[in-house]
Amino acid sequence: MSAISASEKVDGFTRKSMRKAQKQRKSQGSSQYRTHTAPVELSPLPQLKDAPSTEQQELFTQKLQQCCMLFDFLDSVTDLKSKEIKRATLNELVDYVSTNRGVLVEPAYPEITNMICTNIFRILPPSENPDFDPEEDEPTLEAAWPHIQLVYEFLLRFLENPDFQPSIAKRYIDQKFVLQLLELFDSEDPRERDFLKTILHRIYGKFLGLRAFIRKQINNIFLRFIYETEHFNGVAELLEILGSIINGFALPLKAEHKQFLMKVLIPLHTAKGLALFHAQLAYCVVQFLEKDPTLTEPVIRGLLKFWPKTCSQKEVMFLGEIEEILDVIEPTQFKKIQEPLFKQISKCVTNPHFQVAERALYFWNNEYILSLIEENIDKILPIMFGSLYRISKEHWNPTIVALVYNVLKTLMEMNCTLFDELTDSNTRFPVVFLLSKGKMSLKC
Amino acid sequence: MAGADGDDSLYPIAVLIDELRNEDVQLRLNSIKKLSTIALALGVERTRTELLPFLTDTIYDEDEVLLALAEQLGNFTMLVGGPEYVHCLLPPLESLATVEETVVRDKAVESLRKISQEHSPVDLEVHFEPLVKRLASGDWFTSRTSACGLFSVCYPRVSSTVKAEIRQHFRTLCSDDTPMVRRAAASKLGEFAKVLELEYVKSDIISLFTALASDEQDSVRLLAVEACVSIATLLPQEDLETLVMPTLRQAAEDKSWRVRYMVADKFSELQKAVGPEITKNDLVPAFQNLLKDCEAEVRAAAANKVKEFCENLPEDNREQIIMTHILPCVKELVSDTNQHVKSALASVIMGLSTILGKDNTIEHLLPLFLAQLKDECPEVRLNIISNLDCVNEVIGIRQLSQSLLPAIVELAEDAKWRVRLAIIEYMPLLAGQLGVEFFDEKLNTLCMAWLIDHVYAIREAATCNLMKLVEKFGAEWAQNTIVPKVLGMANDPNYLHRMTTLFCINALSKACGQEITTKQMLPVVLKMSNDQVANVRFNVAKSLQKIGPILDSNALQTEVKPVLEKLASDTDMDVKYFAQEAISVPPSHSSLFTPLAAVILEPQSPQRTTTFSPSVRWKVLAADGATSC
Repeated sequence: MSAISASEKVDGFTRKSMRKAQKQRKSQGSSQYRTHTAPVELSPLPQLKDAPSTEQQELFTQKLQQCCMLFDFLDSVTDLKSKEIKRATLNELVDYVSTNRGVLVEPAYPEITNMICTNIFRILPPSENPDFDPEEDEPTLEAAWPHIQLVYEFLLRFLENPDFQPSIAKRYIDQKFVLQLLELFDSEDPRERDFLKTILHRIYGKFLGLRAFIRKQINNIFLRFIYETEHFNGVAELLEILGSIINGFALPLKAEHKQFLMKVLIPLHTAKGLALFHAQLAYCVVQFLEKDPTLTEPVIRGLLKFWPKTCSQKEVMFLGEIEEILDVIEPTQFKKIQEPLFKQISKCVTNPHFQVAERALYFWNNEYILSLIEENIDKILPIMFGSLYRISKEHWNPTIVALVYNVLKTLMEMNCTLFDELTDSNTRFPVVFLLSKGKMSLKC
Repeated sequence: MAGADGDDSLYPIAVLIDELRNEDVQLRLNSIKKLSTIALALGVERTRTELLPFLTDTIYDEDEVLLALAEQLGNFTMLVGGPEYVHCLLPPLESLATVEETVVRDKAVESLRKISQEHSPVDLEVHFEPLVKRLASGDWFTSRTSACGLFSVCYPRVSSTVKAEIRQHFRTLCSDDTPMVRRAAASKLGEFAKVLELEYVKSDIISLFTALASDEQDSVRLLAVEACVSIATLLPQEDLETLVMPTLRQAAEDKSWRVRYMVADKFSELQKAVGPEITKNDLVPAFQNLLKDCEAEVRAAAANKVKEFCENLPEDNREQIIMTHILPCVKELVSDTNQHVKSALASVIMGLSTILGKDNTIEHLLPLFLAQLKDECPEVRLNIISNLDCVNEVIGIRQLSQSLLPAIVELAEDAKWRVRLAIIEYMPLLAGQLGVEFFDEKLNTLCMAWLIDHVYAIREAATCNLMKLVEKFGAEWAQNTIVPKVLGMANDPNYLHRMTTLFCINALSKACGQEITTKQMLPVVLKMSNDQVANVRFNVAKSLQKIGPILDSNALQTEVKPVLEKLASDTDMDVKYFAQEAISVPPSHSSLFTPLAAVILEPQSPQRTTTFSPSVRWKVLAADGATSC
């Protein structure tokens, strides 16, 4: 047993971090290269810029075809020469479509999309780490990135080329293409997801005929994520695209869009990994409410239904989202949900986890929320008073206690009579108890 | 509804019913869980006319409540008046089968399947089948997924026109445009095929199967592989080649590793379903490919099936197939780059020896076993060792012992305590197979070394291991080899080691018998009652309680009793507590101790647990230096 070092004897867990470190060093995966036949060695073609203009188109096609050859990147020593030739060719192609006009002639479209499909569409490999935690672990990076990156770059330049014609491209960039593109959003490699995000956004913008289809497929991905697998790496990226899509929805909102909000976006809040995409999700929700304020009530009721019961971190996120919603809420909508909402907030301020209590109490620093509370003080004060009063004496965290005093003071200033009534009925201690702490003045 | 008639006997029920509407989820949940009590009290009539409509209206509740409700309703047949009225349970279950939350929906479908059996054929057509149809043509995907699970339960018991409708609905759902529904349909395809008439299996199911197996989503395709097993079982042999095999071949070479993984995972079932001829011609090459797959996940799944696959090969040329087709792949897997693959192989490879017989095992398999015994990954070695019994039957373990020993020693000293724990558990088995001489010579020291391991779980397992060894080798062996060493530890400066002596005595006394226990162990235990560490002293009390039944009454009265009495007045309250415990509840010897009843002191802390109180811990540190585990 002498082989075991003293530190390991004391703490068996050190081993885990060591194992992790070892793993992370070689954390590269690729499933792009799956052919059993060895690739043919590439030979360099002449530069496009040197070719006479009559032959350029032919050479362009040849180069596209050359780039269809796939290489094994997990083996870093094979085919070095050919890999370099392909890399240089891809660079040249990127350059060619972004700087030249008139290169996107009709016969080039199938060649271009064929090259793109061959290179990027692949079944993603099984995750190296079966319990991959996106918040903790380093992602597995795509080994073939030196080539794949350039192909994505090329696709982007192709879509953005001023000569690009969706009417021709739609024969190749079709539903099947989009479906495969969406599946790639599950990639662990954040660089890849970033490219995909921009590309899908461009496609959504340029291909009107694909829009409904794209929305529906994203829908399906989310529903599968929520109810079946709980695993999809690209939720944040897809939500980011949706944020801009929602922004452009015409009014009145279609039933389909409202259904998406209520049946997909709201249940997305239940996901275990909410932290990874909450900012984007909250943005989408608020976008919807800005478009159509009548959705406020069902949305808030939905959030209350899925309110986290044990996860404080998520509770803080929910409170953040509620504040974002309250920032844009219409006073008439506020009246509709104030009671259930403040019952929840009243539970939050008494939460023993100080971050939850603190986040809830911060609502009282928001001028707009304060004005809403003041308008409805006779409804809200009775809901909040009991919890606030109790916590002012019981909470273990002095910061929370101090915050509660300020909140109580604000509430007292809003309706002194009601406040006194509640103080009398809630406790044997009169308001003097609070005053004795020197935190409040008698005048209100 | 509650207590409207002012009947006092219904008061508890009124409370439960009120709780159904309570704001607190927990109360609603409690009430739902007692739903049968409520129904029983209300009687069948009011359950049907009042309770069920009320429940149907509460469908917008928390999922947790809905889940409990869905489950309860499945057992409600008698409470609504028996099979005659069972259909009135359908409306609430129908709503539950459309909710978003999967667990609720699945439970509702489960309950619906259950009560479908209680419907008469007429009710099935009048009430149940229309519900299935409504679900199958629902707007939102949830109701359509639920419908998929209900076709097979009503199909066998309805008329042929309704059957035709059901088949049509199933067909529609198989080509639904949401993948969720297609997945649900694909997962029920096999089950549905089983209740269909053979002609429809051929005409309907095969085309659906083919379509699902080439779905654009791999999550759908892989479910078709599962269905393949059921479908192949249903079809006569001569149809398999044309109707099933093209699809299966395609699945085994699918571009998605998930589908290939599924094929590998279901390989034994597929093999049985398609029969020996197709296995020979098709599945052998397919299996070879899976063993050589580019994804480790697939290789591992296939490696897991190596033994079962070989076992089920047709006997006439089994050996030849294994030797020429399978073994070469297996040899490559032994040096695979992925440890999961190697470890999956190691867990089954030993099973091949019984299939291949002695000569082949020695010539071809033994080198592989030896290679795996030297593998860098402990799990691989462990899997080999844990299956040693298979080889033992064929060639005897001696062939392996030269390589076995270093492997065992290395595992026994592995830095990970879980690995050490796993190897300890195989010690009794190894000891039995290697024999007492070999054991004494090579392994005994290891077994003793574990007793002073720094991890408690290992020391505990080591104690238990000793007990099993004594059971195997007998008391005499124990007296000569183990007991002296164990008792020697009673004088160790480390109190944890001294306690281990006591734990060993607890475990060994029964197997060693009265003689050894009284003459050799008892004196040591009694002497330890003077130990300066309180933990040792109260463990003495516990040990005396344990070994009491083995001792004769003389020893109990003259030796044990005085010591326990002394401990019962110890200064440490934990020692006192356990001494009193030993005095008051001496297992099966109470008559001997009755006079002692007078000595029993008022228990000071009745709820003491055996965990160390802070005071005990402090004492240990003060007396013994900081050697905590």
